[in-house]
Amino acid sequence: MKYIPHTQADIDQMLQVVGVDSLDDLYGEVPEQLKLKRELDLPSAMSEIEIRNHIEALADQNKLLTIFAGAGSYDHYTPSVIPYIMSRSEFSTSYTPYQAEISQGTLQYIFEYQTMMARLTGLDISNASMYDGATATAEAMMMCVAAAKKRNKVLIASTFAPRVLDVVATYAKYHGVELVKIPQIDGVSDKAFVDEALAQDDVAGVIVAQPNYWGIVEDFTGWADQCHEHKALFVVNAIASTLGVLRTPGEWGADIACGDAQSLGIPVGYGGPYIGYLCTTKALIRKMPGRLVGETVDAAGQRCFVLTMQAREQHIRREKATSNICTAQGYMCLHVAMYLSMMGEQGLREVCQQSYSAAHYLHDKLLETGKFEPCYSAPFFNEFTLKYTGEEGAKAFHKRMAEAGILAGVLVEGEADKIIFAVTEKRTPEEVARFLSLV
Amino acid sequence: MNNKYYSPLVFELSKPGRSGYSLPKNHWGEHHIGDINENLLRQSKPELPEVDELTLVRHYTNMSNNNFGVDTGFYPLGSCTMKYNPKINEEMAALPAFTSLHPSTPECLTQGALELYYNLQRALSEISGLSEFTLNPCAGAHGELTGLMVIRAYHQSRGDHKRTKIIVPNSAHGTNPASAAVCGLQIVEVGSTPQGTVDVEALKELLNDEVAGMMMTNPNTLGIFETQIPQIAQLIHECGGLMYYDGANLNPMLGVCRPGDMGFDVMHINLHKTFSTPHGGGGPGSGPVGVTAALAEFLPNPKVVKGEDGLFHITYSDSALGSVSPLFGNFSVLVRAYTYILSMGREYIPMAGKLSVLNANYIKEQLKAYYKLPIDGLCKHEFVFDGLLEEYGGGAHDADKVTTLDIAKRLLDYGYHAPTIYFPLLFHESMMIEPTETESKETIDQFIEVMRKIALEAKDDKALLHGAPHHTPIRRPDDVFAVKNAKFTF
Amino acid sequence: MENVYFSESHEYVRVEGEYGYVGITDYAQHQLGNVVYVDMPEVDDEVSAGEEFGAVESVKAASDLISPVSGEVVERNDALEDTPELINEDAFANWIIKVKLSDPSELENLMSEDEYNRVCE
Repeated sequence: MKYIPHTQADIDQMLQVVGVDSLDDLYGEVPEQLKLKRELDLPSAMSEIEIRNHIEALADQNKLLTIFAGAGSYDHYTPSVIPYIMSRSEFSTSYTPYQAEISQGTLQYIFEYQTMMARLTGLDISNASMYDGATATAEAMMMCVAAAKKRNKVLIASTFAPRVLDVVATYAKYHGVELVKIPQIDGVSDKAFVDEALAQDDVAGVIVAQPNYWGIVEDFTGWADQCHEHKALFVVNAIASTLGVLRTPGEWGADIACGDAQSLGIPVGYGGPYIGYLCTTKALIRKMPGRLVGETVDAAGQRCFVLTMQAREQHIRREKATSNICTAQGYMCLHVAMYLSMMGEQGLREVCQQSYSAAHYLHDKLLETGKFEPCYSAPFFNEFTLKYTGEEGAKAFHKRMAEAGILAGVLVEGEADKIIFAVTEKRTPEEVARFLSLV
Repeated sequence: MNNKYYSPLVFELSKPGRSGYSLPKNHWGEHHIGDINENLLRQSKPELPEVDELTLVRHYTNMSNNNFGVDTGFYPLGSCTMKYNPKINEEMAALPAFTSLHPSTPECLTQGALELYYNLQRALSEISGLSEFTLNPCAGAHGELTGLMVIRAYHQSRGDHKRTKIIVPNSAHGTNPASAAVCGLQIVEVGSTPQGTVDVEALKELLNDEVAGMMMTNPNTLGIFETQIPQIAQLIHECGGLMYYDGANLNPMLGVCRPGDMGFDVMHINLHKTFSTPHGGGGPGSGPVGVTAALAEFLPNPKVVKGEDGLFHITYSDSALGSVSPLFGNFSVLVRAYTYILSMGREYIPMAGKLSVLNANYIKEQLKAYYKLPIDGLCKHEFVFDGLLEEYGGGAHDADKVTTLDIAKRLLDYGYHAPTIYFPLLFHESMMIEPTETESKETIDQFIEVMRKIALEAKDDKALLHGAPHHTPIRRPDDVFAVKNAKFTF
Repeated sequence: MENVYFSESHEYVRVEGEYGYVGITDYAQHQLGNVVYVDMPEVDDEVSAGEEFGAVESVKAASDLISPVSGEVVERNDALEDTPELINEDAFANWIIKVKLSDPSELENLMSEDEYNRVCE
């Protein structure tokens, strides 16, 4: 077995040193009735060739579609350099950088990641530890409650994707947070509702989505001031790639920015791994969950980086920790740091511009087919919602398109004919033309 | 690995006007972002780096040489199971039919991915002795939280709202109490006996109708098998609570003794520990959660099931605890773990457990004449020393003593990763060593030799150890300054 | 020391008239190592004996501050905000909060210096 280096002679010698007669005797203290007295019911060990055949056969059962859908998973391009560098095992096979002296690589790229995310969101600091956008939003919610001390009500926009809301609501239920959904009017959060709720002076935080589930770019003018007047925190969940051009959470006056950074060229990958981000102000640093890398100097006086502010964390604070997060989403931080370095401001803007243009082009052309009606009039970015009016109904339309190799948006659960489409810079004119011809 | 530090950050390599991207021409005509109301647009520049491709490639390549990984050398980091990460796992996970599969693709077109998910659920179920699994949690701590939610959902479904206390041994991983707190549970700590196991008499005193359950890992964090586990499980069950197994220490039990058979009702597994997926500098991991048949209905949405039609389906149920992840967790990590299980098969999975135990005991026996072994006897996959013996400079009352930190740092000089240090909290100078089964006798013999050499160095030249490491890219960093400096961005 | 009382959780209170100065003991600062942050309550906050009112943090540890007495916070030692290491220099001189005692009889539940020193041995 190639992953097990022990020869029988090795085993015999080692058993002798340990002072037992057999490998089974290493478990002498384990009560007999607990032991498994049969072979595991698993397939026999396979060779690489057999594994390859088996898994490739499974992979062949998946059908890759031309993606005109987003809903949290955006099909942006991954530059070749990224998977190439990420395959370096110095990065992939290392652990959380506890031993700074032999982990500067990880610590440096996390520091770069933190810097880029802080700049992108317009906030002071970023952690390096969120699994995905949904759990990052849940962590932001818990941060609001922790910062407010005696309040446990948090308002959240109902313009989040339902599956993100489900995750946040699940955390809220078990953490004891009263999560109140902000109603929407024409696809946009109802500010009057929020103002009224804030006036009760019992709200710890307000969480909004930008662009929202429908693809709409919302206007949050005055929201932060209103929150701060009533001692609540304002949290903006933004799709990371759009921050290259859209007003930043910091510019909206947010105390916390959170969301998914998948849109920064991370493959859609059947849902993961992605990376959530969480940025905040220096004032809230001790309420922030997760790993944080800071700059310091070593004994020889040279600049270096370490995990810091660890007294917030589970391994020291146990039940008093800001969160149970242990992950440093290192590998994905590396991806994001490289992506943003390669794209730079210009490249990111160009990705945004092309996605925006292509989405608007498709939007207009779909309306021209006469089989769609607009749902909302508010501005959108690269994702938009239309109502399908064709005779077959949205579900049959979506299925027909899938059979033809096109992922024609995502169907909105519970709202019969609404479909949310998304377009990225990866779509070619030929792909769009083919999609339109099939409609 | 470097012994000279590569120190620049990408921002320091940036030069206005350079670019590292390549995109097609914009074919889409007149629509321009500038059409959006200016108030909705970014007001300031994001100040991202500007570098060309070669500069970028060299930067990250050089940076990687500041790093130590399992592929670089021996990584005996206790509790982290730093076993070898097989390369075919990577290739399977990178198949385009997985990486380019959009999660909103209709399920009839993702049958391969769903079958893999389903097969892995079944394999983990067989390995753990628990009947149903969810693979949605993204990390061990996330799995813990999910498992505790299952426990709460179970009690709540029975209208038993009083049960909000969770018993945790004082030797537990810090994540256990932290996860319990996130889940809205109160922690009650139970002490350990001098032999390092749960104090069953003390446990009895804590039992009442407010107990939701107990979290344990077995073997515990000292690497000792809790032989009284049947009694403990019985006590908890009799008082109406559930047993939670922290799968961080599953590796030694593979194929020998399953958590389900020990009496546990809920557990999580760290695929990045036991099932060989790479740790990636701390993430992404994966923390599947398994439960007994009675608790299966509470597992989170979405669930993957096999229908009578032989096809795989994504289902949602109202009795579920809710959702902990919007999709199917860290899917590519699942592909890696599945590949590993197929590679090892029923023949070698139990060997992994046994040889990890052999390796750990072999090290322990050969070093206990140098390092303080607080609890003697067979260990499982890991064990804990409490610093050096007094004759080698580890005297507890010696102000100039050689500490566990010193030893850890000196190991770096010799080309090893350090063990986990200052955990568990039961001892002042804890040093937790976990070799894993993928290390050869030669590697382990060399490590033992170096650990002995360090003990002798400590005896003769304490300053050498206090000043270690001497040959790494950087010297010891100033942790206090890092906090005071509070510089988290360039 | 006169009028100084100690708790098992390693806080002291030095009583002057109706006020008590609360801080952590020298033993506690020694155990923690380099103090890097002190989380203090606001002036006018109420603290209760036996309950948490803040935290002290070192690089590798953090410890809740448990108030030995009840009352209203009338002053806090703002110097600790920027120079928390003052606690390491002299934990006794660098008290953390000044409390207006609401129930001086609580002092009877605390230890004298001698009693406390025995606990620490």
